[in-house]
Amino acid sequence: MSEAGALDDAYLAVRLLAIDPVGLGGIILRGRGEARDAVLDVLRASMPEGSPERRLPTHIDDERLLGGLDLTATLATGRTVSRAGVLVEADGGLVVVPMAERMADGIASRITAVLDNGAVEGAAAQFALVLLDDGIEADERPPVGLAERLAFHVKLLEGRAYEPTPLGDPTFPTEVAPPSESVLSALVGTAEALGIESARAPIFALRAARASAMLAGRETIIEDDVIIAARLVLGPRATRFPQAAPEEQPAEEPPPPPPETEGAGEEQKEPGPMEDVVLEAVLASLPKDVLAKIASGGGRRTAVNRARGAGERRRSSQRGRPLGARAGTPGGGLRLSLIDTLRAAAPWQKLRGGGVGQVRIRRDDLRIRRFETRAEATTIFAVDASGSSAVARLAEAKGAVELLLTEAYVKRAQVALVAFRGTGAEILLAPTRSLARARRSLGDLPGGGGTPLAAGLTAAHDLAQATKARGRTPFIVVLTDGRANIAADGSMVREVAQNDAEAAARIIGQSGFASAFVDISPRPRSEGAELAALMGARYLPLPRADAAKMHAAVVAAQKG
Amino acid sequence: MKLSFPFSAIVGQDEMKLALLIAAIDARIGGVMVFGDRGTGKSTAVRALAGLLPPIPVVDGCRYNCAPGGSATCPAPEAHRPGKVTMPVPFVDLPLGATEDRVVGALDLERALGHGEKAFEPGLLARANRGFLYIDEVNLLEDHIVDLLLDVAASGENVVEREGLSVRHAARFVLVGSGNPEEGELRPQLLDRFGLSVEVRTPQDLAQRIEILKRCDAFEREPERFVDGWHKAERKTLKKIARGREALPSVTVPDAVLSLASQLCIAVGADGLRGELTLMRSSRALAALEGDDVVGPKHLARVAPMALRHRLRRNVLDETGSTVRIERAVAELLAA
Repeated sequence: MSEAGALDDAYLAVRLLAIDPVGLGGIILRGRGEARDAVLDVLRASMPEGSPERRLPTHIDDERLLGGLDLTATLATGRTVSRAGVLVEADGGLVVVPMAERMADGIASRITAVLDNGAVEGAAAQFALVLLDDGIEADERPPVGLAERLAFHVKLLEGRAYEPTPLGDPTFPTEVAPPSESVLSALVGTAEALGIESARAPIFALRAARASAMLAGRETIIEDDVIIAARLVLGPRATRFPQAAPEEQPAEEPPPPPPETEGAGEEQKEPGPMEDVVLEAVLASLPKDVLAKIASGGGRRTAVNRARGAGERRRSSQRGRPLGARAGTPGGGLRLSLIDTLRAAAPWQKLRGGGVGQVRIRRDDLRIRRFETRAEATTIFAVDASGSSAVARLAEAKGAVELLLTEAYVKRAQVALVAFRGTGAEILLAPTRSLARARRSLGDLPGGGGTPLAAGLTAAHDLAQATKARGRTPFIVVLTDGRANIAADGSMVREVAQNDAEAAARIIGQSGFASAFVDISPRPRSEGAELAALMGARYLPLPRADAAKMHAAVVAAQKG
Repeated sequence: MKLSFPFSAIVGQDEMKLALLIAAIDARIGGVMVFGDRGTGKSTAVRALAGLLPPIPVVDGCRYNCAPGGSATCPAPEAHRPGKVTMPVPFVDLPLGATEDRVVGALDLERALGHGEKAFEPGLLARANRGFLYIDEVNLLEDHIVDLLLDVAASGENVVEREGLSVRHAARFVLVGSGNPEEGELRPQLLDRFGLSVEVRTPQDLAQRIEILKRCDAFEREPERFVDGWHKAERKTLKKIARGREALPSVTVPDAVLSLASQLCIAVGADGLRGELTLMRSSRALAALEGDDVVGPKHLARVAPMALRHRLRRNVLDETGSTVRIERAVAELLAA
């Protein structure tokens, strides 16, 4: 889609949002720059006069988010003063979250619960949530649970902002007639064709269609509304390409519904023309790269798996999972835990003779926060799937990876899988804890072709680097016969290939990542051992190992 | 507070609904784990069930939801006021990243600061007493919190020994966890402690999906009218639950069925005794729900997948799903 198209859609989305802020939940605005500010301005202008807007820092604490004791006021007045949380204050308005891609899961889940209930402890908290997503990498995304509950996901492109076309008639009808069968089946059918599992998506789409009708001053939902809704709500959620590519056969129908639905009667007879038109419109609106991704079948994985991992990603002496507090003096990076300090001082107040509104705190009441960060392990497998590694060996390697996966699953460690064959390396599985997904991508791993060892090692190294940046400890396991024959540039010169592989191995060695090199060639030669030495890896020649032996060796190497 | 979506109006999801009903009849079954993608109606179903149940009578002023005349010892009887009041069945949403303080309760800061008193501030467990505790994405919850929850759910009592406080109070609730296996799985040792587990998917049938959309739309337009329209069906379900609860103690489990349960556990390789116990309890609850006095093999067969599927030892090299394995074993045993 063109730049202007994206911005126009963003303007449209926020106008629809302003019509039904609670029903549509909110919007994710990805990408920075002036376009985003312009979109936000339009949203603000479209909201009812005087509606509140609250900014929510990603590190907000519970008290401020949901309300609670106002400590300062309580201490100053000597009586309990509670304070409403940001979400309650924003009732009827907007909650804007900058840098939403960095939002902690805990905060996201609290907001999720408030979105579901529409209230905090009985106080109404209905608002539209605006997540400003500054993420650049594909996996830097707002929490998925939250994204799921927001109707619009808009990606803004770099470029100049411009004023939106002003609205003609700002008075909207208050009532829109119930949707017709064909509207319902067009929405559900399009969602189905695009591989959208969630039942929320069509519900949001229907609300968006209704808002679109209202925006146009109509009292019935027409095809245009459905197209808009599908483009704005369903398009960004697409996970697969419809069976029939529209360029080839524009008239082709989306996959016919399963036969057991026959009882449904009339509505069944036409997965009508509206559905086709809508589907086509959605596909036309999707950016090329997204289309390519979902067409290659990677869409489902990519769409769902932007899970921000489950664990703590950042490692720092001042962040992580709170472990409670202990006595100590703040300073030098240690932070005071106010609540725990007060808690420690509270029982002594009578003895110390503090008056009303005074709390006497002594030095030994001071408590500091402690955090625990788990340096979780991520095992990165770089598997040689080339022809020389023979298909049988590949099966054993897969078996070993699966055994390690089961273990990882118990220990909550992550695994990632890089495969190299033919002319390059490919990350088959980004770090995950999901056994189901790992097994699936392993099963799909084909064998054959040359041995681009350099590419494989480099890919493993890059992945390890990225893993480390997330506060995890990478462990690289290379399974190969060590006989590189494809150079880093893809050429088929054995010497160059070997040199490149050695260079890549040296880089891993210099970066200091723990690693193991499993030589799976039937008659191990010196290349493997040399590469392992360069990598600083433990060398495990396993010419005849089966999956279980390979697994045992890797586990031993990891411990050693 | 929003009106909750009627339980009977939920399209499809029969297994999840059945598991929730069974758990509502016998809370000792120990919670339900719901696996499924987002937007499959997991939390809608749990909320709907809590909304369906009739309000419970409680002692006025009690923060632990004590039942009037109940035998449970309340840690704060001084707060009790004479007179009976009712409250809707508690439904507590446990947020991810909830601290232990919030969950079990902690020193009451307000009273400590204001009056220098050492008092206990009840946590979410007290709030959930006699109701539902729902945890979305339980697989992302800190392990030590999950441990604690499962412990309390099984014992029905929250014991607090911290900060110089020593409190115990009743905490009986139906624990419902939900999670998406695509985003990391629950450790098997935790999974095993959930009584039942179900897998939900969005209905694949187009007509059903249209029906979902239609009902949601109707509910949104006129919630009162929609809820009214389902009133009769809701009453029926409610009656079934009430009767089931009443009948539960008198439902008998013949030895033949018990032995069948043990054989089934052995056949599928479910570790530990929890499987058999849950199988027995849940088939009894199912019989009570359906108005049968005696548990038969048909009850066992229906609850077997949900009672056992999460207890099978994982064999990574075997692609056969747990459900299929259980169903196969059930069919073989019943045929024999």
